[in-house]
Amino acid sequence: MSGQLGKPMLRKEDPALLSGRGRYADDLPVAVGTLHAHVIRSPHAHAAIVRIDAAAALAHDGVWAVITGEDVRKLSDPFLAPVKAPVRQWSLAVERVRYVGEPVVLVVAESRYVAEDAAELVQIDYEPLAAVIDPVAACQADAPILHPEAGTNEVSVRDFSYGDPQGAFARADRRIAMTVPFHRLSFTPIECYVVVAAHNAAEGSYDALANFQGPFSMHPVMARALRVPGPKLRLRIPPDSGGSFGIKLSVFPFVVLMALAAKITGRPVKWVEDRIEHLLAASSGPNRVTRIEAAVNNNGRVLALKLDQLEDYGAFLRAPMPGPLYRMHGAVTGAYDIAHVEVKNRVVLTNKMPASLIRGFGGPQLYLALERLMHRIAVELKLDPLDVMRRNLVPAQKFPYHAAAGALYDSGDYARAVEKTIGDGRLADLKRRRDAARQAGRLYGIGFAAVVEPAMSNMGYLSTLMTAAAREKAGPKSGAVSMATVNIDPLGAVTVTADVTVQGQSHETVLAQIVAQELGLKPDDIEVVLEMDTAKDQWSIAAGTYSSRFASGTAVAAHIAAVQMRDKLKTIAAKQLNVLPGDVELAGGKIRSRSNPDNALPFGRVAGTSHWSPMLLPESMAPALSETGVWSPQELEAPSRDDRINTSLTYGFIFDMCGIEIDPVTYQVRVDRYVSMHDAGRIMNPTIAEGQIRGAFAQGIAAALYEEFSYNEEGAFLSGTFADYLVPTVSEIPEVEILHMESPSPFTPLGAKGLAEGNCMSTPACIANAIADALAVRDVVLPATPRRIHELMQHNEK
Amino acid sequence: MRRVNKNERVRIALALNGRKLAAAAEPRTLLSDFIRQNLGSTGTHVGCEHGICGACTVLIDGVAARSCLTLAVQAEGREVKTVESLAAPDGTLNPLQAAFRANHALQCGFCTPGILMSFTDYLARNPHPSSAEIREVLSGHLCRCTGYAGIVKAVEEVASSAPAKAGKGDHASEAKHGGRGV
Ligand code: FES
Ligand code: FES
Repeated sequence: MSGQLGKPMLRKEDPALLSGRGRYADDLPVAVGTLHAHVIRSPHAHAAIVRIDAAAALAHDGVWAVITGEDVRKLSDPFLAPVKAPVRQWSLAVERVRYVGEPVVLVVAESRYVAEDAAELVQIDYEPLAAVIDPVAACQADAPILHPEAGTNEVSVRDFSYGDPQGAFARADRRIAMTVPFHRLSFTPIECYVVVAAHNAAEGSYDALANFQGPFSMHPVMARALRVPGPKLRLRIPPDSGGSFGIKLSVFPFVVLMALAAKITGRPVKWVEDRIEHLLAASSGPNRVTRIEAAVNNNGRVLALKLDQLEDYGAFLRAPMPGPLYRMHGAVTGAYDIAHVEVKNRVVLTNKMPASLIRGFGGPQLYLALERLMHRIAVELKLDPLDVMRRNLVPAQKFPYHAAAGALYDSGDYARAVEKTIGDGRLADLKRRRDAARQAGRLYGIGFAAVVEPAMSNMGYLSTLMTAAAREKAGPKSGAVSMATVNIDPLGAVTVTADVTVQGQSHETVLAQIVAQELGLKPDDIEVVLEMDTAKDQWSIAAGTYSSRFASGTAVAAHIAAVQMRDKLKTIAAKQLNVLPGDVELAGGKIRSRSNPDNALPFGRVAGTSHWSPMLLPESMAPALSETGVWSPQELEAPSRDDRINTSLTYGFIFDMCGIEIDPVTYQVRVDRYVSMHDAGRIMNPTIAEGQIRGAFAQGIAAALYEEFSYNEEGAFLSGTFADYLVPTVSEIPEVEILHMESPSPFTPLGAKGLAEGNCMSTPACIANAIADALAVRDVVLPATPRRIHELMQHNEK
Repeated sequence: MRRVNKNERVRIALALNGRKLAAAAEPRTLLSDFIRQNLGSTGTHVGCEHGICGACTVLIDGVAARSCLTLAVQAEGREVKTVESLAAPDGTLNPLQAAFRANHALQCGFCTPGILMSFTDYLARNPHPSSAEIREVLSGHLCRCTGYAGIVKAVEEVASSAPAKAGKGDHASEAKHGGRGV
């Protein structure tokens, strides 16, 4: 198969992964003498730690250390937090526990089995405190306070206003409002967390291996907690990682914890999280309650929006939270041309596991509210929902489009995407199915969702949570840097390294395609090495794999590096071929004269020149051994004085349409037909694009119908195994018809946008709209489990 | 039946991918841990240790089993096959592996070894399964990356190209055309 960009290609990563030759964190060799750790976790949602008695455990054969929060407090600092409120967290609970599953004690022993045995001998006395689980209740004056120093659970509140929302609300024919909750869930990678850490007492340095995913803005957070300068914390990421979906950011407290354990024991310490721990306390997306209101004219045109977003981060707010609340901020108006917006962002803490990154990252919460509202507007105004959406879409001629809150949408034609989706009889077919079902007395609904999918985050977006004055004092934050390097070995073999972590997104394949294309080689000729080492690799705080930064970020950096290398090789070859550099081309493994292709040298011969005879290089030319491409797009400016922020570099578009039917006996929602249109700019590899979309779609279905972390009112966790927390199997994932269109981004040389998160954002909203249509109800709570559907139907009958 | 003291390490011998191996382990050691940590074959993965995800699936005497629900001592003297046994010694992928590659049936690859072993067993017993049968077997596994479509296609492809057996051939072509096309 051809390896050119835009073509499918067999993945380079597959032979190893298919033969059991992957190199995941738990597969790698560890130093002789490595100890193993087991975490003892809190059984209480909220309690004071009264006493910890480790004597019996310490006396157990093979036990090296029993580490408590007091030890950790002595040896490390609390994690840096993005809000000023005093919410201090260490890698073990100090003085009190604030959620079920919170790490309280670390037992370190010669084997994991021994550590677990000894853990049973540790005595911990707690004094239970009242817990608060519901985010709205947590804001009330009489709510138990998680962090007494903060004096409140509502640790950050910001008000934003763009345009003239008050005037628009006064002017509009109608106001239509609804309250939309979004639940807690995780996409539970099949591989759990793994950390191996060592301490070098002579150098005062740490060396840690973890299946961390980035962003590497967390590296200074870890180093600061360990009280060392950055270079004294060497963080290495293995070549393979068993999925992440945002979740593996939150391995970072355990990097610090194992580093401390290594310091305390003088031995390397390894910890492998188990599934029960992972479900209980690894990470979750934040739950949110959005009150959303539109100022709307009777024809369905929305003049202004008001959002009150109350986001629940669980027991602690830690970097880079509250990202989900701000990542979409510039694009809070979604796919619609709405000039006047008012936003209130509130962050609340409750007695649940801390929330963090998750695929979709703020998009699912926003779009569920926004798209449910658009649907509701149609119902209340007795209009067709599709007409209401179309009336408000950003018109094609307005691109690049400045959204009210600051996003600069690069390109698109939303109306045409909608037409293409409903065309070819697709909508007619859905309507036929609905009519037939309804005539037969069955419950059938149609849903739509329009979503703008951001990619490559502006690292400065989180500073929007500070006031303009505070930002000025702290120094502006902006931009996002991507880096990739092309290296040439003595025989002209090419290797590529890049600032991403591997979790299955096929970066190895696509980077090989990008570089091969510029160097006139085959992708199989390119070795791509993506394990990361902060001591030796190129990285910035933006490094890692998250927020769909690859296509608009690192891929571009690799392209830049390859072009730099290509141009140098052209200059070198020109001298050797005795032609002008402009007449040189790289093709088919040769470097040759364009006008006289017989005048050619093998690629390796020219490429090796810089190793063997740098004296042969054209005068004043630096050897062509290693070229690093650095991509730092200008569009990612710091938030403006009036709080406008271009939160991301590129903005793709998705339009989803589905028909669902509800089983009157089992109350199950069955997806009858699902169509998903994607405009992700230029597609670099169609096979991989489709894989990413299908993966996100499955997770969107999971969020819509199955997965939820649930707690009872006292804070007990009810989703502790895969038997309680329902990850869809193949039987639960419906067929999806994927359509594409390509509006290349003018802001990146490759024109590619992100596409791997979109259906996590659009699918829950689309399904919720279809359920609302099927049952003619106003409020649909996700996941729409049979129990919830049953409640809705009973409610309907009343 | 062999009797062992629960606190003593015992010698456990078995054939792993055709090679006779032995190591000392505690009687409570899971087969998954034994294969990975004692015998050093890390191709078999552990995703839940409670029998749901299927990542740890291996063949014991040719039959697919969850190695996280099996004690190493239970495999004493038996033939265990893992994902490392599938490709030819020179690395050439077998038809099932190749079909996974051709159909983008894996992303992170963490679930893949278990799924390959389940279908290695299943296709040996039923070389021409219907699409529904493939889904049935696959529903014993969790994959978080792919949405499963590529995996189903890969197995369908292998099933349809396996040598025909009288009376079973039709299933394969049904499988090919089952479901709505994309
Ligand atoms: S690890 Fe055995 S089934 Fe999940
Ligand atoms: S490929 Fe990642 S879990 Fe299946």
